[in-house]
Amino acid sequence: MFKKEIPSSNRSKVKSSVQRGLRQKLLETYPGFEPYIEEIMPKKASLEVVKLPERTTLYTIDSTPLFFQPFDGPPIPHLKLVHAYPTALPTIQIDRGAIRFVLSGAALMAPGLTSPGGRLPDSEHALEAGSVVAVKAEGKEEVCLVGTLKQGTEEMKSKGKGVVMDEGHFLGDGLWRMQLD
Amino acid sequence: MAEVDSGPVEPQARHIVYCGVCTLPPEYCEFGGTAKKCEDWLKEKHSDLWEGLYSTDAVTANLSTLSVSAQERAAKDAAKKEAKAAQSEARDAEKKAASKVLIKRVERNKRKYVTVLLGLEVFGLENKKIAKDLGKKFATGSSMTRSPAGAEEITVQGDVSDDVREWLLEVHGDKVPAANIELIEDKKKKKTEGAV
Repeated sequence: MFKKEIPSSNRSKVKSSVQRGLRQKLLETYPGFEPYIEEIMPKKASLEVVKLPERTTLYTIDSTPLFFQPFDGPPIPHLKLVHAYPTALPTIQIDRGAIRFVLSGAALMAPGLTSPGGRLPDSEHALEAGSVVAVKAEGKEEVCLVGTLKQGTEEMKSKGKGVVMDEGHFLGDGLWRMQLD
Repeated sequence: MAEVDSGPVEPQARHIVYCGVCTLPPEYCEFGGTAKKCEDWLKEKHSDLWEGLYSTDAVTANLSTLSVSAQERAAKDAAKKEAKAAQSEARDAEKKAASKVLIKRVERNKRKYVTVLLGLEVFGLENKKIAKDLGKKFATGSSMTRSPAGAEEITVQGDVSDDVREWLLEVHGDKVPAANIELIEDKKKKKTEGAV
């Protein structure tokens, strides 16, 4: 989604009522952030919104990126936020061979997850298509990709091929490199 | 109102060290295209982390999980990426050396001048911010404008070209070498180049 460099664009403050609504929405989408919300988004802090290409908006507080929200989807946390609170999102893992493709912006494919180095949640904690997940890599501690699943985890296990996530925010992409001050 | 003691302490955010060269978390540096430089940086700044990532044990453990052919492919890819990064960096440096910051004195009215700055962005300076800073420094109007050709320039009201030069060297001297700053006087009708 952000393969290209993002030109710096206008920033504007968000109305506090909108901010409240957004906060509510975040907690709904990500119950995992519940314990941290005060720290991430203090009630007093003034949220700013930055317009990104493709009708995406980015929410920041004091030049710290928090979430970006595509026009038609749920807000997705910025990788720096995921790094700070790694437990807030459900996580899947890719094998080592897939890392270099992911970091150059390729779509995430199922074999990278179903192979021995990958990890998917068991059937009890299966994730549906459309849920936002963080993707870790084999042998690494940090998350390298975050985005919306296009396939449920159970489907991946049974089919074992196809695109799993095609528009994610990965380490080193335009959004990651964006200067926000 | 009395302050209520907040119950359990909030869980703290983790603070991660990001690589100063490629901005990725250090463990992903090998995929960033500037692996060698990243390694040196990490060794210098965070030797404890370096120990964990680049000691021979860690490296062999990483490699053993991949098949030989995949390893070869990955190595090739990494080499290619590195070469590309090095090339673009060289190009950048060359561009920097060749380009100049122009400080133009443009006549507006017989005795009124504006100062126009061109070419700052090549040196990694942001026009908009510089414009604001200059306005504050000289207490004049200062704005970033886009010329019809698309190039960005800063217009500062008043003849401050010498002061701007001094200010640039003082504040951003680490980015802009003195030899690359050129002062130009721009007459209303015809451009004449020469030292001011």
